Amino acid sequence: MKFGVVVFPGSNCDHDAWYAVSHNLGHPAEMIWHESTTLGDVDAVILPGGFSYGDYLRGGAIAKFSPVMQAVRRFADEGGLVLGVCNGFQILVESALLPGALLRNRDLRFICRQVGLRTQSTDSPFTNALEKGKVLRLPIAHGDGCYYADDRTLDELEDEDRVVFRYADNPNGSMRDIAGILNRERNVMGMMPHPERATEPLMGSTDGLGIFESMVATLVSGRK
Amino acid sequence: MSTITPELVASHQLTDSEYQKIVGILGREPTYTELGIFSVMWSEHCSYKSSRLHLKKLPTSSKLVLQGPGENAGIIDIGDGYAIAFKIESHNHPSFIEPFQGAATGVGGILRDIFTMGARPVAVMDALRFGPLDDPETGARNRRILTGVVSGIAHYGNCFGVPTVGGECVFDPSYAGNPLVNVFALGVFKHDEIFLARAAGEGNPVIYVGAKTGRDGIHGASMASAEFTEESKQKRPNVQVGDPFLEKLLLEACLEAMKTGAIVGIQDMGAAGLTCSTCEMASRGGTGIEIDLKHVPQRESGMTPYEIMLSESQERMLLVAEKGREDEVFRVFRKWGLDAVAVGTVTADGILRVKDHGEVVAEIPAHPLAEEAPVYDRPYTAPYRRLPMEAPDLPVSNTRLDSALLKLLASGDICSKHWIWQQYDHMVRTNTIEGPGGDAAVIRIKETGGSIAMSLDGNGRYCELSPREGTMLMVAECCRNLSTAGALPVAATNNLNFGNPERPEIMAQIVESIEGMAEACRFFETPITGGNVSLYNETLGEPIAPSPVLGIVGLMKTAEPLGTTFRAPGRVVILLGGLGNCDISRFGSTQFAKVVLDAGWGLPPALDMEYEKRVQAAIRQIVNEKLAESAHDVSDGGLAVTLAECSFGSAGIGADIELASEMRPEFLLFHEGPSRVVLSTPDAGRIREVAAAHSIQAVELGVTIEGRLQVRNSGTVLIDSAVNDLKRVWETALETLLHA
Repeated sequence: MKFGVVVFPGSNCDHDAWYAVSHNLGHPAEMIWHESTTLGDVDAVILPGGFSYGDYLRGGAIAKFSPVMQAVRRFADEGGLVLGVCNGFQILVESALLPGALLRNRDLRFICRQVGLRTQSTDSPFTNALEKGKVLRLPIAHGDGCYYADDRTLDELEDEDRVVFRYADNPNGSMRDIAGILNRERNVMGMMPHPERATEPLMGSTDGLGIFESMVATLVSGRK
Repeated sequence: MSTITPELVASHQLTDSEYQKIVGILGREPTYTELGIFSVMWSEHCSYKSSRLHLKKLPTSSKLVLQGPGENAGIIDIGDGYAIAFKIESHNHPSFIEPFQGAATGVGGILRDIFTMGARPVAVMDALRFGPLDDPETGARNRRILTGVVSGIAHYGNCFGVPTVGGECVFDPSYAGNPLVNVFALGVFKHDEIFLARAAGEGNPVIYVGAKTGRDGIHGASMASAEFTEESKQKRPNVQVGDPFLEKLLLEACLEAMKTGAIVGIQDMGAAGLTCSTCEMASRGGTGIEIDLKHVPQRESGMTPYEIMLSESQERMLLVAEKGREDEVFRVFRKWGLDAVAVGTVTADGILRVKDHGEVVAEIPAHPLAEEAPVYDRPYTAPYRRLPMEAPDLPVSNTRLDSALLKLLASGDICSKHWIWQQYDHMVRTNTIEGPGGDAAVIRIKETGGSIAMSLDGNGRYCELSPREGTMLMVAECCRNLSTAGALPVAATNNLNFGNPERPEIMAQIVESIEGMAEACRFFETPITGGNVSLYNETLGEPIAPSPVLGIVGLMKTAEPLGTTFRAPGRVVILLGGLGNCDISRFGSTQFAKVVLDAGWGLPPALDMEYEKRVQAAIRQIVNEKLAESAHDVSDGGLAVTLAECSFGSAGIGADIELASEMRPEFLLFHEGPSRVVLSTPDAGRIREVAAAHSIQAVELGVTIEGRLQVRNSGTVLIDSAVNDLKRVWETALETLLHA
């Protein structure tokens, strides 16, 4: 199973995602440069955390215009698995691959710490190896992580079981404690917490592994 | 061309004799541009002219030191073909004038020092000093400076993608007009990836990369070499503006360009910008450099040669490439969207020759400019001292000390700093094994499988009472922090923050502190591989407390961290090193004296370095053999605060402590005698054996229990509090102070 990790200028969790997948999960991963117009032969794509193009305008606002995002959009349209973490989540909402927006944190400060994350839905290629209702321990590290959408969108997300993760103790003011969501086709997921930072005991948690393992399991069964 | 008048010379903070030396070197009067160039290179900040003579006393080598002082950062060998580069640098003056950008560019500057050597930065720490947050007069400003500095550090480090893994933050009235922002950075690379800042090879192109040059930061180095006056606020334009995104691109591009093999030497443009990088590279390489300013990318039009040479615009590098291979270098920088242009060439004549559209505007022998700044043996007397030797009459002992403990836990120096460090990404790069809040930060090195521990320490309170002893205590504590994490301290970097060296009583602080540092660093085998000196930290004649800060790194095996907090009830609590002793003359430097008594006097705690070394060896052995479940070094606030901090883990485990001592209760609980570590263990017998083998005391204090911290001395209750009550105060104090 081959993962592709997109590298934007300013990505800074690209290497961490690569390390989590290749070293801790044991699957090949390759970096995809932001100017690339194709994704090559990867089976799943990760949009990593960081500050793409500096994010001086708004998180992800420039990245959505990059050549590689056009390729990611095609890949998603064809049913490919796309995981956006932190800045990757911001890029996905800016690109309208996911609904809503990510606003400045409630307390207007950057927050880096481990949080509890309740698994809301296991009916997804990203969470099918997880246990529903289980609280994962994953780190967050963001200044703009407050999930916002209008009520109709929020209702729709909930009705369609597309809220994958909720904060156990909301750190950033996200509406309805939302930490991660799916697109309608369930092949694109965005989340603010960092699963790649919780993939071996030395990192203080291995709870992020299940997300990558779910993706692998999905891809393996899809191939069969 | 303007003529050089005595007023012009004075306004460049050059003395008459310094000016005469310049005339001697040039064999003529300098041009205006040349005067500017000399003034920044010979500023205190760049030339260390007041401290250089004494810095020579510091130990700088060991078998692990690959690069000592004199380059952009020190380098030590960590085995398996890998090395680390690390250094600390201050950005005190800019952070006072413009806290956010001052601190942000402080981070940017030290990161460039690390990756200019070829190392990828993997950790940052900060030592911060501010005026008291609740001071009726200066509190509002102090709070504004703190929040600005913290968000500046967060802004830069988080975006760049380097974890801020630790640091310290201390409050004292002497920092109200002179906050300190010292930033430490550490990077990793292979031995064969080390780049030095040397210009070699006649005819090789000199290439400028990164941000365009603007008018920002002109004379920043000179500003950092003068006291603050009422006019200093007008110097705001002297503070540079940082762009962490550009720096991130510069990092990736530089490391990639270095891999081409076409780069001969490289140096970042920090203080004194283009001036410093050109003349230092030429001087170190024994060559000259000729540049034409018309090639320098400029942000605004109409800049004079003087302004271009003295600009401190951020995120710029100067490199020398192999002739004929420029395109390989340009290609990499183009890929990352960065300006890279040849601005000149390396010459053989040893001259820094600056042209502006072909016309020579400066022509200075590079070596004398970079290396022959005047060195002063400034006179010194007895160290400046605000506080009395004599102790005041202490109030009658209170048997119950719960409220004193609470007061200490709520004080700025001791309370939890998570409000600060949770704003820093301390996990990015997934190497952080022990992050902020512990005794030492620990990161693993993925490439070698080993780990690096690091600690920043400073103690202005101790140094104010005795610069020599205070500095030695600081070295001891820094090494003890590392040892408590299980690491062997191997090398150090120093940041010497003091007042005006032209005052003999301040110069005396500097000399005594350096001598104390030299003695202790030699003893603990932690040579100083580089650092920074920040003088003139005075406002309206009021100096800061003498504030040397030390960053020490240690080597250790990679393992899950031990942690400082108790994990389970029913464990034996042991005070390794013993209760120590304290008389009243050594109590005036404690946090108890500062916070509870609002006084200071006498001398800092007494240090027995031999004993300290044995305690450190013992705790390292205990940690590495996994004989303890937690270990926390005793420092600010003494035994009682340490026990409280040990109780603040997620498990809510406190301790039931029974002491039997003749000491006055306040001394017993709150003296800050060094060489002590509190640990918890299921196997007290093994700890006793290790302690005996190292000829140190190991006092069994009691056992861990759920939910309470109880301390009795010979049956008398001194403290009996719910852990949660103590913890709530400790956890919320900083936010409470900030919103005062």
